[in-house]
Amino acid sequence: MTFPWLTFLGLLPLVGGVLLFLPMGRGAARTLGLVFSGVTLAVAIAVTALHVGGADLAVQVPWIRAFGAWWALDVDGMGLAMVLMTAVLTPIVLLAEWEPPAMRWSAQAFFALVLILEGLSLFVFMANDVLLFYLFFEATLIPTYFLIVGFGGVRRSYAAVKFLLFSLAGGLIMLASVVGVYVVGAAQGVPSYLVSDLAAVRFDGDLGRWLMLGFLIAFVVKAPMVPLHTWLPDAAEHSTPGTATLLVGVLDKIGTFGMIKLCLGLFPEASLWITPFMVWFAVISIIWGALGAIGSRNLMRLVAYTSVSHFGFMVLGIYAFTTASMTGSIFYMLNHGFSTAAMFLVVGFMAKRTGSYDIAAYGGVQKVAPVLAGVLLVSGLATLSLPGLAPFVSEFMVIAGTWTRYPVVTAVSIIGVVLAAVYILRMYQRTMTGPVTDETAARFTGRDLTGIEKAVMVPIIGVLLVLGFYPQPAVQLVEPTAKATLAYVGTTDPAPVVKGAK
Amino acid sequence: MILLETIAEPVAATGMFTWAWTMIAVPAIVAGLLLLAGKLSDAWGHLVATAAVFWSFAIAVCLFAEQLLAPATERAVAAPAYTWFSVGEWTFQVGLLVDQLSILFAMLITGVGGLIHVYSIGYMSHDPRRRRFFAYLNLFIAAMLLLVLADNYLILFVGWEGVGLASYLLISFWQHKPSAAAAGTKAFVMNRVGDLGMLMAISTMLAMFGSSKFTEVNAGAASTEPMWATLIGLFLLLGACGKSAQVPLQAWLLDAMEGPTPVSALIHAATMVTAGVYLVVRSHALFEAAPTAQMAVIIVATVTLLAGAWIGTSQDDIKKVLAGSTMSQIGYMMLAAGIGPAGYAFAIFHLLTHGFFKANMFLGAGSVMHGMNDDVDMRHYGALSKVMKVTFLTFAMGYLAIIGFPFFSGYFSKDHIIEAAFADNTFIGVCALIGAGITAFYMTRLMLMTFFGEKRWQPGVHPHESPKVMTIPLIILAILSVGAGIVLNFWIQEWLAPAVGNHPHELSLVPTPVGWMTMAVVALGVVAAWLVFGRSSIPVTAPATNNPITLAGRNVLFGDQVNDFLFVSPTTALATGIDTTDARGIDRMVDGGAQAFGGLSTQMRRLQTGYARSYALTMVFGALVVGAVLILTQLG
Repeated sequence: MTFPWLTFLGLLPLVGGVLLFLPMGRGAARTLGLVFSGVTLAVAIAVTALHVGGADLAVQVPWIRAFGAWWALDVDGMGLAMVLMTAVLTPIVLLAEWEPPAMRWSAQAFFALVLILEGLSLFVFMANDVLLFYLFFEATLIPTYFLIVGFGGVRRSYAAVKFLLFSLAGGLIMLASVVGVYVVGAAQGVPSYLVSDLAAVRFDGDLGRWLMLGFLIAFVVKAPMVPLHTWLPDAAEHSTPGTATLLVGVLDKIGTFGMIKLCLGLFPEASLWITPFMVWFAVISIIWGALGAIGSRNLMRLVAYTSVSHFGFMVLGIYAFTTASMTGSIFYMLNHGFSTAAMFLVVGFMAKRTGSYDIAAYGGVQKVAPVLAGVLLVSGLATLSLPGLAPFVSEFMVIAGTWTRYPVVTAVSIIGVVLAAVYILRMYQRTMTGPVTDETAARFTGRDLTGIEKAVMVPIIGVLLVLGFYPQPAVQLVEPTAKATLAYVGTTDPAPVVKGAK
Repeated sequence: MILLETIAEPVAATGMFTWAWTMIAVPAIVAGLLLLAGKLSDAWGHLVATAAVFWSFAIAVCLFAEQLLAPATERAVAAPAYTWFSVGEWTFQVGLLVDQLSILFAMLITGVGGLIHVYSIGYMSHDPRRRRFFAYLNLFIAAMLLLVLADNYLILFVGWEGVGLASYLLISFWQHKPSAAAAGTKAFVMNRVGDLGMLMAISTMLAMFGSSKFTEVNAGAASTEPMWATLIGLFLLLGACGKSAQVPLQAWLLDAMEGPTPVSALIHAATMVTAGVYLVVRSHALFEAAPTAQMAVIIVATVTLLAGAWIGTSQDDIKKVLAGSTMSQIGYMMLAAGIGPAGYAFAIFHLLTHGFFKANMFLGAGSVMHGMNDDVDMRHYGALSKVMKVTFLTFAMGYLAIIGFPFFSGYFSKDHIIEAAFADNTFIGVCALIGAGITAFYMTRLMLMTFFGEKRWQPGVHPHESPKVMTIPLIILAILSVGAGIVLNFWIQEWLAPAVGNHPHELSLVPTPVGWMTMAVVALGVVAAWLVFGRSSIPVTAPATNNPITLAGRNVLFGDQVNDFLFVSPTTALATGIDTTDARGIDRMVDGGAQAFGGLSTQMRRLQTGYARSYALTMVFGALVVGAVLILTQLG
């Protein structure tokens, strides 16, 4: 038997997290955490190299034979993209939260929880068995809950409970479908939870639709879509920037990931049935999230709302069922992880100096802290999808791909592009430009970004630039997932209207 | 005259053309370097940046020379760089197209850009952030070159957004001033509205032709359904309106004057704002397939050329007069572009001459401001012709060029447009003619208020001539303002014919009837301005007036008020409403649910202690339920 790379990859950070519960010095704990996340990243890169090289990495061991549950892990382009994103963001987040807020739990606990969350998330993205997926999906709630409640802002308990309630409610509904899927499969002679086995099962008619809805509702809560998004701004506002990064950048991706892998991958017919509804809901999310961002007076809420808008684009691309739009959505899932991380972490650096996330607390920062301002601007430009930075490529693919099927829907959705310019540049204008306020002078003079803070931002902005100028390798990595999904669902791209043009 | 109906396929790049990409890469890399190097490069950054632009200019000139030597069918050269990305059936190359049209732009951008870099060395010498200024200027040059040299619409759009960014950064360069910061944001957001048009146009092209390459789009344009051809045309027009400050997306341009004056000269007069004209001319095959879209271009252009001129008559800020004038002149170019094959070459002709004389006058205005302690109010000027001789003389050349004084450059380019307008539609022709008269009026007003009359200088202001590093670019641009027209007049139509498919026709130096009429109207405008502003003294503060025409002009035709009413206020109201809905509406419902859950958890707490653990228990319990159910189904 070959080396179980994927199991090893997921276990590494879990082991690191558990080790960190042993008593040790603060310095040792942080070093240990960073080492484990670094090694995980190295293994993730090795796994990518193996996958690109054509190696079969699938792990498939019977787990609970009684109901066909398997310890089954595998990665495709989309899974690998998510794995890489998680593995890159974790050490960055650890570095950014080198000094967790005072008066809260210890840095050691933070590092431990982040590593555990990383391991569980990796397993979610690699799970190839529906029950396994579900268990890890629910398990991620535990470290996240403690990350919010242990390190967050003033109303952290409220935000954490709200997050938990939304997620648990979604998870419970999904549980019903998880059970149902098995029942239907067993009835058709496939008593298995393997995704590949279940793909052969026909979930037709009303039953299929109900089962699909069970999954979809959980994923819609996760990849927050209006009107089930309200937990996100609160959770982001009352957690630390590092937690918010992992929450929005990594965990919420499970929503869109699950839509492609499970909703479309198991219920093609029901997914086509729900399409008109999802497309319009995506558009509503795009506009609603953007307007919410414009109305936000708190920086963390603003970033959270931009994500609601961007998740709208991802969902739109998925349910437009074209190669370009779905590839764009998956690529967007990757890019959004980095652009959101950039925003949350810079905002965190600002708040570290002033103790406030209120936009009104800032003014004229550019003059005294130009590097900080520049980094915020670049992060903002990535968020508003400026060409040259990665999110543009994915947003364009979603827009152009969706346009070939639904021009009117697309035309409405891209109002979000204008609103993006409004929420980013108004925020930048209010915080960074204008005369230097007394508060700014006192807090920021001589306190531009530190070495560690620059070390945090350089890789994120680097990724955004590299994928902006040379997206081809990443696009080629994730495109097969989109193609396979579309082939399974049975849709084909609309051909160019003008014949003989190409 | 050769009529080339079919556009020759571009030939592959060889020799010098393989260097074309360095035109873009060198200024882009220098921009990045200067921004990253920080204070280390303060001492020499501006010199490197200027050298970078001259490098691009040198390459552009060499390429132009090679094109001149090549036969007409082999002048368009394709230079692909790499595959940006490909998805499904779509492939997007980062590729350049150096043809007769783009090379003229490249030379204008780098030539005028180079002069403005030199000028800025002097103009920005006392600014502590000069290095950053030059980095942004280089960023602009790189993006603008990408815009005009791209061989497909998506890469064009990358440049399009890049110049938008550079424009934003430079308008709000002095961002400690709230007005400058607000102006930058406004410009970017209004441009984004235009970008919607670009995105929709490119998406439609992909849906129609499966490609956004110029060659593919042009090839398919004629067989596109009229409705879609019209829509693409209108989408492109929306994009052009944003970038080129055409009505209804004009309101940002006057505020953009908050930027340093060299920026106004380079970006908001000579180059970037003409991108819309480039876009329409570049997309001529599409517009020819969509007469309705062409008509829309003509209407927008005519309205803008009159609106800009109107604004120019009533502003007291010298830069805002010039900005109104820029709007108006771009209106002329758009008009020519909208007319179709008879106008393309003249649109580009006027674009080039305008690039020279408007850059000349903006830099001249900068020189005046430099001598007047950065005061921009013309009511505080007067009699400057005596103390700023070089500035005055060079400015005068620009003035004569823009009003269309015989044999100055504007005379050729604008008269052709007015003539083409008359040939197309008499009403449009009359509007263009009236525009020429108003142009003469407001430019004469500007000249009289700035350089003639009595001194109205504020206390403590001692006007002086600017240093050589600023006046030499002025002199070069003045020479171009005088001579570019006659040099290009007999050449440009045939040169551009293969690229834009225009129909060259004979030109002569003897004015036509329309030409005589234009001269008469221009003379009328000059005399009218002299009667109003030349004979009597100018009040130091703008006199109160109830004249609705003046009031509208002073208020920039109430563009801001209209936008506020139609867009800004509703958006703000909606944003506030959503904040409330999320917090009070949706959340109230959810909190109700939470209380129900809370009740449940209270029950749990009887067994356990603490919130988190009870939820953890819920989960464990849930997992057990799963197991139980599964086993039960298995048994059943």
